[in-house]
Amino acid sequence: MTALGLFNYWAVIFLMMVGFYTLIARGNLVKKIIGLNIFQTSVFILYITMGKITGGTAPIFVEGGEDVIYSNPIPHVLILTAIVVGVATSAVGLSLVIRIKEAFGTIEEDEIQDESL
Amino acid sequence: MVEFVDIALLVLLGITAFSIIRQKNLFAAVMLAGIYSLLSAGLFVVMDAVDVAFTEAAVGAGISTILMLGTLALVGHSEHQPQHRPILPLFVVILTGAVLVYGTLDIPPFGDASNPAHHHVAPHYLEESEHEIGIPNVVTSVLASYRGYDTMGETTVIFAALVGVLLLLSLGPRPRRVFSNGRWITVAASEKDASEGGAEEAQEDTLQISPEEKTLGDTNG
Repeated sequence: MTALGLFNYWAVIFLMMVGFYTLIARGNLVKKIIGLNIFQTSVFILYITMGKITGGTAPIFVEGGEDVIYSNPIPHVLILTAIVVGVATSAVGLSLVIRIKEAFGTIEEDEIQDESL
Repeated sequence: MVEFVDIALLVLLGITAFSIIRQKNLFAAVMLAGIYSLLSAGLFVVMDAVDVAFTEAAVGAGISTILMLGTLALVGHSEHQPQHRPILPLFVVILTGAVLVYGTLDIPPFGDASNPAHHHVAPHYLEESEHEIGIPNVVTSVLASYRGYDTMGETTVIFAALVGVLLLLSLGPRPRRVFSNGRWITVAASEKDASEGGAEEAQEDTLQISPEEKTLGDTNG
């Protein structure tokens, strides 16, 4: 799997930039949160990629396996925490969107700006 | 074979992410986001992170999608065409991407067992956790025991988020403030509030809010 070299990292950067672009270029607030989720997942992929060892297996002990290579469990633990926290933050974001819709009647950024000027 | 699956999943992820940008219908965009989460869960299995994969499949592809669909039911599902051309965002994104790609050139090669990330506490967990904790799954023993405080902090964050969501959604309809004829006026949330005793309150609200909002409006305009 070493043949892959840096391909995974570059793919992660592409996904990250797609999410970043959605976040800054799109005016719709729900679309922004979707972009944030894309960005988040790309960071997860980055961490998990770093934990992978070629020829390794999932870090669950194999019965009688002395010379089994296990992948690094620490990135997995960090990302488990991050996934759940990510969903909690997007829930708060989405309920803010609902409040904004009630207060301004729209979730398009430019229309909100027009209305509050 | 593993390389092939890895590349195929990453390419599919790229295509899905790109079509989310292009998609004007938010309902379709949310469905694509669910597909994106499921594909990334598949990638996590290839990368040996099975615990992460099923959490992502359940939480990312399941709960997240349901939350988004619930929001769309309340706010509508069409996105307006952006009015300005996205040249500046595109420039910022390409620049950031180029800097990050430059940064990857120093990252140790993918999958090498001698990478520094695999040499700090990870070997200790892999060698000792079966005797110290007694659970075959290393991820579980690190999550629940060695790094138990992390998990406690995580539950604190979830609790804070829950309180935030409850406060935001349980307030009920509030009076809307509209800027017309050079000053801010408060529009009652519904006619019923304005006619039945709520009228005086709404009036007070108008008086309290108008001056500060007025100055805000003046400085902006």
